[in-house]
Amino acid sequence: MTAPAAVASMVRVRPRASADDRILMLATVLIVGALLLGVAAPLYALLAKGFQAADGTFVGLANFRTYFSTPALFDSIGNSVAVTLITTGIALPLAFLFAYGLTRTCMPAKSLFKGIALIPILMPSLLPGISLVYLFGTQGLAKGLLMGESIYGPIGIVLGELFYVFPHALTILLIALATSDARLYEAAESLGASKTRIFLTVTLPGVRYGLISAFFVVFTLVITDFGVPKVIGGKYNVLATDVYKQVIGRLDFEMGAVVSMILLGPAVLAFFADRLAERRQSAALTARAVPYEPKPKRGRDAAFFAFCVLVGLAILTVLGVAAYASWIKLWPYNLSFTNYHYQFDLRDGGGWASYRNSLVMSGSTAALGTAIVFVGAYLVEKSRGFRPGRIALQFLAMMPMAVPGLVLGLAYVFFFNAPNNPLNGLYHTMAILVINTVVHFYTVAHLTAVTALKQLDSEFESVSASLKVPVYKTFWRVSVPVCAPAALDISMYLFVNAMTTVSAVVFLYAPHTALASVAVLNMDDAGEIASAAAMGMMIVYTSAAVRGLHALLTRGVLARAQAWRHR
Amino acid sequence: MTAAEGSAAAQVGRTPYLSIRGLSKLFGEFAALTDISLDVYEGDFVCFLGPSGCGKTTLLRAIAGLDIQTAGSVVQAGRDISRLPPSERDFGIVFQSYALFPNLTVTKNVAYGLDSRRGSRAETARRVSELLELVGLVEHADKYPAQLSGGQQQRVALARALATSPGLLLLDEPLSALDAKVRVHLRHEIRTLQDKLGVTTIMVTHDQEEALTMADQIVVMNQGVVEQVGTPEDIYGHPATPFIADFVGSMNSLKGVATQGGYVRVGAVEFAAGGTLRPGMAATVCIRPEDVTVRGVAASETNAFPVRIGAIEFLGSFWRVTLRSEGNGGFELLADFSTNLVRDLDLREGARIVVAVPPERILVFAGGGPRP
Repeated sequence: MTAPAAVASMVRVRPRASADDRILMLATVLIVGALLLGVAAPLYALLAKGFQAADGTFVGLANFRTYFSTPALFDSIGNSVAVTLITTGIALPLAFLFAYGLTRTCMPAKSLFKGIALIPILMPSLLPGISLVYLFGTQGLAKGLLMGESIYGPIGIVLGELFYVFPHALTILLIALATSDARLYEAAESLGASKTRIFLTVTLPGVRYGLISAFFVVFTLVITDFGVPKVIGGKYNVLATDVYKQVIGRLDFEMGAVVSMILLGPAVLAFFADRLAERRQSAALTARAVPYEPKPKRGRDAAFFAFCVLVGLAILTVLGVAAYASWIKLWPYNLSFTNYHYQFDLRDGGGWASYRNSLVMSGSTAALGTAIVFVGAYLVEKSRGFRPGRIALQFLAMMPMAVPGLVLGLAYVFFFNAPNNPLNGLYHTMAILVINTVVHFYTVAHLTAVTALKQLDSEFESVSASLKVPVYKTFWRVSVPVCAPAALDISMYLFVNAMTTVSAVVFLYAPHTALASVAVLNMDDAGEIASAAAMGMMIVYTSAAVRGLHALLTRGVLARAQAWRHR
Repeated sequence: MTAAEGSAAAQVGRTPYLSIRGLSKLFGEFAALTDISLDVYEGDFVCFLGPSGCGKTTLLRAIAGLDIQTAGSVVQAGRDISRLPPSERDFGIVFQSYALFPNLTVTKNVAYGLDSRRGSRAETARRVSELLELVGLVEHADKYPAQLSGGQQQRVALARALATSPGLLLLDEPLSALDAKVRVHLRHEIRTLQDKLGVTTIMVTHDQEEALTMADQIVVMNQGVVEQVGTPEDIYGHPATPFIADFVGSMNSLKGVATQGGYVRVGAVEFAAGGTLRPGMAATVCIRPEDVTVRGVAASETNAFPVRIGAIEFLGSFWRVTLRSEGNGGFELLADFSTNLVRDLDLREGARIVVAVPPERILVFAGGGPRP
């Protein structure tokens, strides 16, 4: 039925805003404003810089012409794409087999394997690079395995990136494989389909979008990663190290901006492709699906167990080598125990202060980030009026995902270091590191919070309004406590990532705000590899401790405070 | 006669508590509600009844201010509330999902709206225990919603909505998430509670039985307009439109043609129905299954006609029998016969009997039938 003309000619009712509406609108405006300053404005500054000369005059495409006429620069595009495709091509099958073993077989010790596979998340990506240097470098134990090839270059980059991306690919594929419908398998079996046929017609189509999503996530992670190629890339230039070299080494900010934009391209593309794949994935699963329960089968279970043991050992070796090397005098000649490498104050790179800075920075990021992300997600999900504001907020919240850390860091330099920016007082402070890190990891945190909030009854706010209870009170008394586990997840995610990240903050730290992850980089640069490994291990110990604390909180304290969940 | 006038005629001398005039709601180009005018009187229990998508919930949400109407006015207790947000209106609401706060105990849920109003702690506690007693949940005061049955959760939601003593109670399909047995029990309980408190209540439902058993006034809605307002007896006995005749209760709708003297011919049967249609016009004859009589019917009686018994279906307390009229243009008619009638007359499939329908029990509408 269409609107009768009588209605169109009627006087439209203009609803009056309540106090709640005004509060929510104000909060939306504040967060949108903060994200405009934290994401959109810096990116704009970066894009503008690419079209300017060093003195700030507009030069059109001149910088790009210079870039493409300098083989030393544009060769990196080919290098980056090559190592990225090779890494993705190896990482996906490995992660798929590992995930398949964990979900579709009856092999033993599944949760142990899962725990081991997720260890690399706790490391800065520099650390696998350092371990590989110990293993395959000039004095490496296993150097012979390379048959004369050098670890410094594409081989090292691919190996290092494999460790870095493995847990990310695994997580996505685990979800994709876990959410399959057992009824489809029963139907296929009862129709007499062969094993291969079932795999090709049921299993693969079911995880298709998971595989696509994993492909793009891995692709983006590798092409934008800076840690591994920095440590082990040698003379093999990739885009990410180019940005760093142009800016830190040559102080050529304009060229840094140009390379950043080239790096932004694939990341943005991958972002949209991934969003598209995700939308399809969620539509493919119905609420009535029956979870698949694998049945024991000796040969298959043993094969997957052996495979998972191999992968697990590889990960533990990388971790173990870094840990071991940090506690002995001189790899591989003097293996006696020492805490010498942990005496960071004796070395350049920031010393123990950088570790303390990291704790402060990560703690602040977790606290501030969780609060802002949660309020922002609440506004997107639960407020009714002010649609343009909510759409802008949702858009800005998704944007950081498409921006590589290096690009974001450089964008911050251009925006906050501009002399005419009233905010340039923030430059070289701890605050800018916190703001940058919150923004850097905003999207995943935002999506986690939105998912949690979606599970709350959509009428809580209506009921509260009918009882004349202000919206902020219901937010505090109901939404926050009910979503406490998700909030805890978000704060842990932010903390661990703030501890391990190098890419964005490497442009933003000042001597007095140096961070542990940056210290790893600088000590490695200075040839203090054992101390770099030691600082990297400090990050791993801390991240692991926070993860343990998180598990304790979720199972212990929180479980008691959440008694209402149980019947 | 418009719906508002119809209800006004039945309520001479009373001023309405809630008055809706010319209310329309558009969602883009789609009109969810078109020019609704309606009066609700103080202390009444009113049901908005209609199929899903008829706009009944949209109307309830407009009254609550949760989704404010595009045009038209709402006046409650003499105050124009058309533009006001929900927090500035005077109502309590129970949703289909109950929307109980899962992390708060029953006591804290009920006290939720009392906390923010200034009043001593002791007074709040007294009010909460009074309400819990009212809905019979005193022994569950310290439990969480997840520990209660659906019916108990529903009563907590009711107590929470009533805690602030609102002038208007809104119930949005409050019983539809419950088992059949609990539902019947709670119907009675809600109605008793409402009688006791005298709070003006509007309940949205798609269940006609619920509306017929609970309401003082039923507002039947279809496709965004009010089709009829009246008491349950009115709505059931004198449906104003073919839609209502078909929607409320079971109904045989037979297509026929009007003939001389107020008769309508369906197949070979001429029904005396006291209609005022011009001869030759298409007409629909509506007969409720329970109005078909068998016992002591003579073939010469008004509206008596011979039929053959088709399928017989046992429905517990009665039998639903399909009757097929004889002669040219035979039609099928559903009839409800009591168990003892079926036993006494030994009715079986294939048997031939004579049935009749009292003329005053027949409804005649112009046109081809209830569903266009």
